[in-house]
Amino acid sequence: MTHATGQVMPVILTVTFPDLLFFFLAGLILACSVLVAFSRNIIHSAFCLLGVFTGVAGLYGLLSANFLAAVQILVYVGGVLIIILFAIMLTRGIQDARHSNPSNGLVSACVIGAVVAVVLITIAIGFPWKIKPVGEVASTIPGIGDALLGHFLIPFEVLSVLLLAALVGAVHLIRKEIKSEEKGEGQG
Amino acid sequence: MNLTLGLQHYLVVAALLFSLGLVCILSRRNAIGLLMGIELVLNSANVNLIAFAHFVEGGISGQVFALFVIALAAAEAAIGMAVVLAIYRSFKDIDISLTADLKE
Repeated sequence: MTHATGQVMPVILTVTFPDLLFFFLAGLILACSVLVAFSRNIIHSAFCLLGVFTGVAGLYGLLSANFLAAVQILVYVGGVLIIILFAIMLTRGIQDARHSNPSNGLVSACVIGAVVAVVLITIAIGFPWKIKPVGEVASTIPGIGDALLGHFLIPFEVLSVLLLAALVGAVHLIRKEIKSEEKGEGQG
Repeated sequence: MNLTLGLQHYLVVAALLFSLGLVCILSRRNAIGLLMGIELVLNSANVNLIAFAHFVEGGISGQVFALFVIALAAAEAAIGMAVVLAIYRSFKDIDISLTADLKE
């Protein structure tokens, strides 16, 4: 790219494509998370969670974390959201979904949330972060692989044990309840 | 005037996401709604981690940590939903105000 040195750049608000994308994704995330927090229908909340997860994946892409964006889609949209939808379907009938998501203490919760938001935003804007100069943005996948099997090897292995324990624990929680229910039915 | 996206933009989005998740956790009576609030909070933490990894010195550790958080969130969701289903089987409802008793 060549720079025209003689020309004077006009003083206008130059908005590049990543900026537009950022504001679109931020709007999507915040609108959807407002609906997740305040919708009275739990199905609507679950589908707005889809918007939050995909918007956050887009932000990861903007932050040059391409691997994390893919993992976000795979794990959150493909895993967590499906688990949540399954749990909704298994616990509540679709027909009474309209008033399925009551809230109480909404005013005090909103006050606490607003205070926390103000404090966090004040810190985020006011603190002198040590910003590094933006250099060449490269793919981070080799770095993540090296870190996971190098410096972070022990936490990585502990995490795999934790996932196995979570799997066994979830199965155990469900299985025990079914057994006791069957016993109760047999007695009655 | 040139608009450049900085660290602060991402931190503000993450802060608002965190606060909405907190409101969701504090106000919901449906246990699944509560778990959705927890997912919002974990996502906002991840946005912060990856924004810091991108804008602040410190190498790749932020992204690796975000990966750990995602794995922990998946485990938490699985266990949380199992607990919700167990609560539903014993109380026939997932209103968490019913579950204040330790024993039926």
